[in-house]
Amino acid sequence: MWFRTMLWAVLRGDKAADRVVPPSGFTVRLTLFTSAAMAFLTVFALALSLAAGRLAADWGDVLARSSTLRISAPAGQMAEQTATALKVLEQTPGVLEARALSDAEQQELLEPWFGPDLPVESLPVPRLIAITETPAGYDSAGLRLRLQAEVPGAVLDEHTRWRRPLVTAAGRLRLLGWVAILLLASVTGAMVTLAANAALSANAQVIAVLRLVGATDAYIASAFVRRFTQRTLTGGAVGTALAVAALSVMPGATETGGFLTGLRFEGWHWVLPLCVPPLAAAVGFAATDAAARRVLGGLA
Amino acid sequence: MIELENVAYSYGGDDLLAGMSLQIAPGSFHFLTGPSGAGKTTLLKLCYGALRPTSGQLTIFGQDVQTLGRDDVAMARRRIGVVHQDCQFLDHLPLQENIALPLTVSGQASPEQAGNLHELMSWVGLLGKEDALPPELSGGERQRAALARALILSPDVILADEPTGNVDWEMSQRLLRLLVELNKMGKTILIATHDLMLIRAAKSQVSTRVLRIANRQLIAAGAEL
Repeated sequence: MWFRTMLWAVLRGDKAADRVVPPSGFTVRLTLFTSAAMAFLTVFALALSLAAGRLAADWGDVLARSSTLRISAPAGQMAEQTATALKVLEQTPGVLEARALSDAEQQELLEPWFGPDLPVESLPVPRLIAITETPAGYDSAGLRLRLQAEVPGAVLDEHTRWRRPLVTAAGRLRLLGWVAILLLASVTGAMVTLAANAALSANAQVIAVLRLVGATDAYIASAFVRRFTQRTLTGGAVGTALAVAALSVMPGATETGGFLTGLRFEGWHWVLPLCVPPLAAAVGFAATDAAARRVLGGLA
Repeated sequence: MIELENVAYSYGGDDLLAGMSLQIAPGSFHFLTGPSGAGKTTLLKLCYGALRPTSGQLTIFGQDVQTLGRDDVAMARRRIGVVHQDCQFLDHLPLQENIALPLTVSGQASPEQAGNLHELMSWVGLLGKEDALPPELSGGERQRAALARALILSPDVILADEPTGNVDWEMSQRLLRLLVELNKMGKTILIATHDLMLIRAAKSQVSTRVLRIANRQLIAAGAEL
């Protein structure tokens, strides 16, 4: 009930009620500045999170179709060793799929080097087995040991495995970005609470007069809540606009640039910063509402 | 209107007021007197719900104050006009907005009220001061402005705490005449004062009851006045 009254009072606005609380120049500017700064940082934390997320996803895709098993064996044992290797791979946890490349596919792979006329079947070309991993991956050391024992001619080639810790790191970085956003929202809330408490104390006489002439707590609180919500919304909008402008002049992601140049938003993600000013306003609303309720509830 | 039944109040420690019983009937005119610090202001605060009795029963407009929520108290205050000794205003708003403040906060402000406001300001002799800020007013003007603000919602009860404390004799007579006139219009009046001259002056104009707080108790006085 209280919440609805308050929300309605903030959305509808009330010029007369706004006048009963005296304007206070300095704290207005401080609240505006802080909420602008927080919005600016939030947009960057958001960009960092999204960039880290993209990075983790891209590298994760590469990893998912990664390893190759190469079997070099005398011609007579090739088929047998390939079959054994496939069986071993089938039994290995973490291997989604293992498939021996056919002669035609191998020839296709060699074509750029040797031309289309190479008689692959007459050459001692190693047999390739493409391994698709589950997201969790397999125990690489264990598989190597087993292959050593059962398929002596096998060489496990994990060309993208070095990226795995980086993918984990990118995932953590994304998490850190979200934690940073949460922290920034909390700090904004704490700052607005302090500012609202200061405003409520500074206006103790105003509040006493309003209570004396029959103003309800909701009326008094709404005058403060409206003011702080507007300030955080304005500050948040300015901070977001500056941050988006700063991001848009950064170079976009390139093949070679890697992580740092990929900080810009991509595609529909440009819409996300638009959520920051309403979020700041919501934090300002909730913090002032709580502060006003606490202070007013304690009065006679 | 307001009934006290064996009411006691303490700010912590010993009771300041004890065993108070009083009925303020509609249309009555009461004076409340007693030495400084006897608890006159405290009793008035109990009457408009700013304080709650520590024991006993107090009803305002038929409702037990212990059952009143903060919003109920706010609604009750719209029916009780309060004039303090040190009247406080919103110092950043011009006088006429201060006097109209009860209308603003109760959502009754409207252009039609402008006529009422003008009439009220002329009745308390504050015409020409509409745009003055409260800190620019004299003590007597502030008292009259506080009275006008207490009256704008046409309350049933007017509680005044030393309304003549800061003004000279002539001005206090003028304020008294305003209160007597209101009583004749049917309003219930309770004035806390230690100004015996004022009480004597009132007795010649209207039938009043004088109550005295002594030894934490409320006793009927009057014979000696």
